[in-house]
Amino acid sequence: MSSHQISVTINGEEHTREVEARLLLVHFIREELGLTGTHIGCDTTSCGACTVLLNGVPAKSCTVFAVAADGAEVTTVEGLGNGGLHPVQQGFTEKHGLQCGFCTPGMMLTSKALLEENPDPSEAEIRWGISGNLCRCTGYVNIVRAVQRASELMKENSDG
Amino acid sequence: MIPPSFDYHAPDTLEEASRLLLANPEAKLLAGGHSLIPMMRFRLAEPAALVDLRRIPGLSGIREEGGSLCIGAMTCESALEKSDLVQSRYPLLADTTRVIADPVVRNLATVGGNVAHADPGNDHPATMLAYRASFVASGPSGRRTIAASDFFTGPFSTCLEEGEILTEIRIPEAGPGSGGAYQKFERKVGDYAVAAVAVQLQLDGGRVAGAGVALTNVGLTAIQAGAAEAALVGSDGGDAALDAAAEAAAAAADPADDHRGSADYKRAVVRVLTHRAASSALARAREAS
Ligand SMILES: Cc1cc2nc3c(=O)[nH]c(=O)nc-3n(C[C@H](O)[C@H](O)[C@H](O)COP(=O)(O)OP(=O)(O)OC[C@H]3O[C@@H](n4cnc5c(N)ncnc54)[C@H](O)[C@@H]3O)c2cc1C
Ligand code: FES
Ligand code: FES
Repeated sequence: MSSHQISVTINGEEHTREVEARLLLVHFIREELGLTGTHIGCDTTSCGACTVLLNGVPAKSCTVFAVAADGAEVTTVEGLGNGGLHPVQQGFTEKHGLQCGFCTPGMMLTSKALLEENPDPSEAEIRWGISGNLCRCTGYVNIVRAVQRASELMKENSDG
Repeated sequence: MIPPSFDYHAPDTLEEASRLLLANPEAKLLAGGHSLIPMMRFRLAEPAALVDLRRIPGLSGIREEGGSLCIGAMTCESALEKSDLVQSRYPLLADTTRVIADPVVRNLATVGGNVAHADPGNDHPATMLAYRASFVASGPSGRRTIAASDFFTGPFSTCLEEGEILTEIRIPEAGPGSGGAYQKFERKVGDYAVAAVAVQLQLDGGRVAGAGVALTNVGLTAIQAGAAEAALVGSDGGDAALDAAAEAAAAAADPADDHRGSADYKRAVVRVLTHRAASSALARAREAS
């Protein structure tokens, strides 16, 4: 069993800790750093509730060892808004893109990455893009609307 | 579920990684971790040490070189999805990657890990058999190239020897008249196949000059369906040839009854998917002629 000193930049702030090799990134985020916006749903890499942006890319943080994230930049839902609401958060608010909210942090981070790559996705592209994030409540209809609204807001922001 | 304890190493070179593997017989390589970490959580794997490949330079990337499409072992699935080269010239590979797991998993899951893991449910092994791909491995006694048909020796096992690391996957370069398709039947997004079929064809003057047909998750390893290939080669790709290939592929399948269906059902799925994959491969090969 080995332990390692790692430095991970989370939401712009660098955190250095000594961790056991087997510590999963999601536990590092929730338990070491107290950022509990990142949820654990299935613990079997299926649901996407634990999705964070790892160097800008959506990743299931229950399936990454914290040591392997040494030197990485991570964004969690707490870092999404940067003070106010991010357009994705605004979209989810306006279009009721959630019910219980359990899937929402992961859903929003995946949506943010999707919109950055494809600012004007079709409904099919949105459904495809979020297919690794499961929601047990909404039936996805309002999530799709929320992402469409976020896309509009992001375009308005970049035009203005 | 917390995985069991292990020692973690992240070497900077292949030589160092091989040395670590030889020095720790209970060690395993770590690539994207998306098969290994779930197995560790369930205690299906309890490696004493992990040797992470992520720091070793030169293990990811996609390029055409020396008559092959070369894919670094650490290339993630989403890189294949985003590659214009793969999307425009390698339709069988493009079909395969987009039905592996889900978009978030594909950001970390690697092509090399998919092949080396050799889970009968993994989708790349059949595709690599149909392509007649080869794999480059680097180990204590140097580098060697292994044909896909020699690589998969059993469920979760390959011919890689102790200390050997898969570094590159080589697919014969797409030429005029080549085309392929992957057809997978799954219960839901992100699931392993009930059954899946990879077909790669080479046309010459309207006739099928070469064919690769291989099957996923209907046996202990991916299965190359030689009789289905023989049914296609020399034919004009008409219905009779496709029917014969589909029958031969179903006969080559060796599925088990499980929660994804009965063996008979899976054989029927293979028959239908072979027909679909072969007709789609033909259409694409004609387009590329
Ligand atoms: C929810 C979910 C759904 C999935 N669905 C599918 C699916 O539908 N189809 C499918 O094909 N796969 C599926 N997968 C598996 C996924 O594609 C895996 O990521 C892949 O099988 C292994 O790649 P990896 O990079 O994650 O490898 P790891 O998990 O890191 O490694 C897997 C094994 O391969 C060995 N290994 C890795 N790289 C090398 C190398 N370069 N040389 C030698 N040995 C190596 C490791 O030691 C380990 O034993 C799914 C995974 C999840 C979590
Ligand atoms: S908790 Fe990580 S995918 Fe479900
Ligand atoms: S809102 Fe409850 S799981 Fe999505």
